[in-house]
Amino acid sequence: MNLQADPSKNGISETASVSDTESIVVRFAGDSGDGVQLLGGQFSQATALDHNSLATFPDFPAEIRAPTGTTYGVSAFQIKFGSREVKTSGDTPDVLVALNPAALKVNYKDVRTGGLIVLDTGSFTARNLKKAGFDVDPREDDTLGEYKTLEIDISTLTLEATKPFEVTQKEALRAKNMWTLGLVYWMYDRTTEATEKFIALKFGVNSPVANANIAALRAGHVYGETAEVSGDVQRTHVAEVEFAPGEYRLVTGAEALSWGLAAGCQLAGLDMTFCSYPITPSSPILHILSRLKNFGITTFQAEDEIAAACSAIGASYAGNMGITASSGPGIALKTEAIGLAISTELPLIIVDTQRAGPSTGLPTKTEQSDLFLTVWGRNGDAPMPVVSARSPSDCFDTAIEAVRLATKYMTPVFLLSDGYIANAAEPWLIPSLSDYEAFPVTHRTEPEGFLPFSRDEKTLARPWVKPGTPGLMHRIGGIEKADGTGNISYDPNNHQKMTNLRTAKIDGIAKDIPLQSVELGNETGGDLAVVGWGSTYGPINRAVANVLEAGLSVSHIHLRHVWPLPSNLIELLSKFDKVLVAEMNNGQLLTFLRSQTRQDIEGHLKVTGQPLTIREVEDAIKARVRN
Amino acid sequence: MNVQVEPAKLKAKDFASDQEVRWCPGCGDYAILKAVQVALAEMGAEPDNTVFVSGIGCAARFPYYMATYGFHTIHGRAPAVATGVKLANPDLDVWVVSGDGDALSIGGNHLLHVLRRNVDVQFLLFNNEIYGLTKGQYSPTSKVGQKSPSTPQGSIDAPVDACTFALGCNARFVARGIDIQAKNLGHIFKRARDHKGASFVEIIQNCIVFNDNAFAHFTEKSAAEDTQIHVVHGERLIFGAEGNKGLRIKPGAFELEVVTIGEGGVTEQDILFHDETNRVLAGLLVSMKPPEMPVALGVIYCDPAPSYEAAVREQVEAAKSKGLGDLDVLLRSGNTWTVT
Ligand SMILES: Cc1ncc(C[n+]2csc(CCOP(=O)(O)OP(=O)(O)O)c2C)c(N)n1
Ligand code: SF4
Repeated sequence: MNLQADPSKNGISETASVSDTESIVVRFAGDSGDGVQLLGGQFSQATALDHNSLATFPDFPAEIRAPTGTTYGVSAFQIKFGSREVKTSGDTPDVLVALNPAALKVNYKDVRTGGLIVLDTGSFTARNLKKAGFDVDPREDDTLGEYKTLEIDISTLTLEATKPFEVTQKEALRAKNMWTLGLVYWMYDRTTEATEKFIALKFGVNSPVANANIAALRAGHVYGETAEVSGDVQRTHVAEVEFAPGEYRLVTGAEALSWGLAAGCQLAGLDMTFCSYPITPSSPILHILSRLKNFGITTFQAEDEIAAACSAIGASYAGNMGITASSGPGIALKTEAIGLAISTELPLIIVDTQRAGPSTGLPTKTEQSDLFLTVWGRNGDAPMPVVSARSPSDCFDTAIEAVRLATKYMTPVFLLSDGYIANAAEPWLIPSLSDYEAFPVTHRTEPEGFLPFSRDEKTLARPWVKPGTPGLMHRIGGIEKADGTGNISYDPNNHQKMTNLRTAKIDGIAKDIPLQSVELGNETGGDLAVVGWGSTYGPINRAVANVLEAGLSVSHIHLRHVWPLPSNLIELLSKFDKVLVAEMNNGQLLTFLRSQTRQDIEGHLKVTGQPLTIREVEDAIKARVRN
Repeated sequence: MNVQVEPAKLKAKDFASDQEVRWCPGCGDYAILKAVQVALAEMGAEPDNTVFVSGIGCAARFPYYMATYGFHTIHGRAPAVATGVKLANPDLDVWVVSGDGDALSIGGNHLLHVLRRNVDVQFLLFNNEIYGLTKGQYSPTSKVGQKSPSTPQGSIDAPVDACTFALGCNARFVARGIDIQAKNLGHIFKRARDHKGASFVEIIQNCIVFNDNAFAHFTEKSAAEDTQIHVVHGERLIFGAEGNKGLRIKPGAFELEVVTIGEGGVTEQDILFHDETNRVLAGLLVSMKPPEMPVALGVIYCDPAPSYEAAVREQVEAAKSKGLGDLDVLLRSGNTWTVT
């Protein structure tokens, strides 16, 4: 059986049953030096401030500064925004803004038929065309025949707009992204105000660079008003979404996860010691937390991932909440230390911002292929809980849950995110800490009757004692411990007993997590359940919504708790005739669920380094369910 | 409960745990264990404020035998765990115990960083020039030619000198002692504990089973006086059974040489003073090897610098003093909008 989904492009069809007026997908693409990510970030902010729903997908090149004009140096930022709740960054762009030929080359095939491509003709030099691998100028043959194009010499217009200011030619050209942003603001009926403020703040109020950028931004906007673009471009206003009342912001997964960890520690009443080693796409968490020292957070950039995990364990041993974060290769290095935390039953959180591929793989691309590693990837019988976040904002709650489980059960916990969630942004109804129930931790101080490996009757957790506590001196380590005393023990029966206890402790968590609910569709069963975990939430959810509208009997089930599984999950799945696991790996949750049930489960699997599309999930559903 | 702690009254045996010590009879580790317990008692250390962290190896069993807090971690990683302990609680008195394989092979990277960061721990490296626990393979400190189960024809890779490595890592405290010299060890331990920052102590340790007598050529009583120099800050570098040998800079060269006072016109005035704050001198001293030169013992280098965890704490406190973080405020910082 070939489980692999067909990864071929489907650029020519429209996202099923999404009407264009409700939502728009725009992709900005340019050289890594063109400031595309900044452009995208600003556009997202303005979109959010205009009360549209949105989801973004920044797609970075792997190289830091690839030679200009090359296809591998192309950086892109996609945003889907709309007047109904947006759950993915969109399958196929309606609009592509290509700031150079390479950006066009890499991206134009993704644009929907009849979509609009905005080109900076100033960058279409013979040299750049050649670098991008175009033998013939694509504007002159029928390469772009399926699309509408809007050709503007953005480079020259930017230079003109910035002429009055004392900036170098290079600085002037850099404002190209702002000119483009101005034009796009005009296209979607947005004002330039917030971005002007941002520019002033970034470059210094009234500085020549700030003034040049603001002038470029305004010039782009005015160009839309005055030039004859209107024939090709429909100026569109996307109506406000009816958001629930409250205060909102945009949040990326890395932000929400970092803040969620901080919130979790506050709810536990613990100081955080965060130990990490830089790796893409995990590093932003280290950057964010290192600015939060006023929360009593200590950050430590260790010499490697092993040291990061070990120092976090040391911090937990000393009574703080030790946390470490990494991605694929770094998580692999932490494995032995995680085993130590399991054996010594110390709380620890390991954040895994998953990235694509074995070994170095595709560092800047997204995947969900560490499920086996996190659930099973250790020597010995070494169970530990694994939780996974489904969206940028969901990282907040999932991080709090990780801290709760780690401290309540004295166990390391894996907290799964991925490259897509980490970098993507979405609007977030900002919670208050008081919305959450506190779970204060008490370190043991009572010497009477103390045994380091005695257990709480309910949770089976052992006591947590801070070194420095009078009268409670004891020794722990990775060698098997005698039940109760924790002294070294080679007794065969004791090892069996301790293995059973460690397993029972983690299994018992299933009683302390919510029952698995059905996101969409029918709780009581049906023709098909689509099961997902992590960042596939958006595409699965929208795809299921679409097929439900079309009258199919399909439900969406999404796991936060990957291990232990919610106690009702297997029974819930059995109510469906078919189960389809959709995930961005080669069948890990699929194999995992098959190991837990005799039910026949199929997979829709993709490892292209790109998020699932709504369309492909719909197709996978329709291939299995008839109306 | 309020336990009245009177540390001065604790005896060495109060630092011994109830666990049976399980090293091979005659192993040098016994003497070191005893020396540590005696030193802690004499220093008035508090068992409940003392933590022993170790990796894996014979030496690394050490924490189990101490009536203090103890953490037997994983092979080579004790410095990293200890760093985490100090980051979370700088007030704890943290000791790391390690073997030459643990510290210089699998854990070499962590040793490097704990030393250059200057984390305030006492790092005790029990050097027996062999892998004890895994039954006798050669180690990174084994001499070339070491026969072992994994090097039946003799080892061919060049060894590393532990103290030279430590100095290269920018350690601010480097000392060397011998397992059987309890008094000297006690003195070194006290100095190490008083020193704020990472204190590196190499302890020459005899593995009676797999590398017996590896150091006999300078530890044996008969040879000791002429092959050991016990350095003392501010005193001349004089040694020898007759007390008439000394170290001086070899004329016309940048190296040390052994001279005899009273011979060839050499007088006491020619002999160098030990200056423990002098890195260059320390580098020359630690690399001396018998038979040409004596083995340097004692506190060879000590030049304190601010410790890492104190500086980390300072940054946290400085940030806090500008106003404790409020998460609800943080989440609402930057661009937000309100839907009514
Ligand atoms: C990851 C890992 N690799 C290998 C081992 C096996 N091992 C345990 S101790 C040791 C070497 C011990 O030598 P040393 O550090 O010199 O200490 P000694 O036993 O001589 O005191 C080795 C290789 C291990 N425990 N863990
Ligand atoms: S093997 Fe060597 S180092 Fe290990 S306990 Fe025995 S004598 Fe000591």
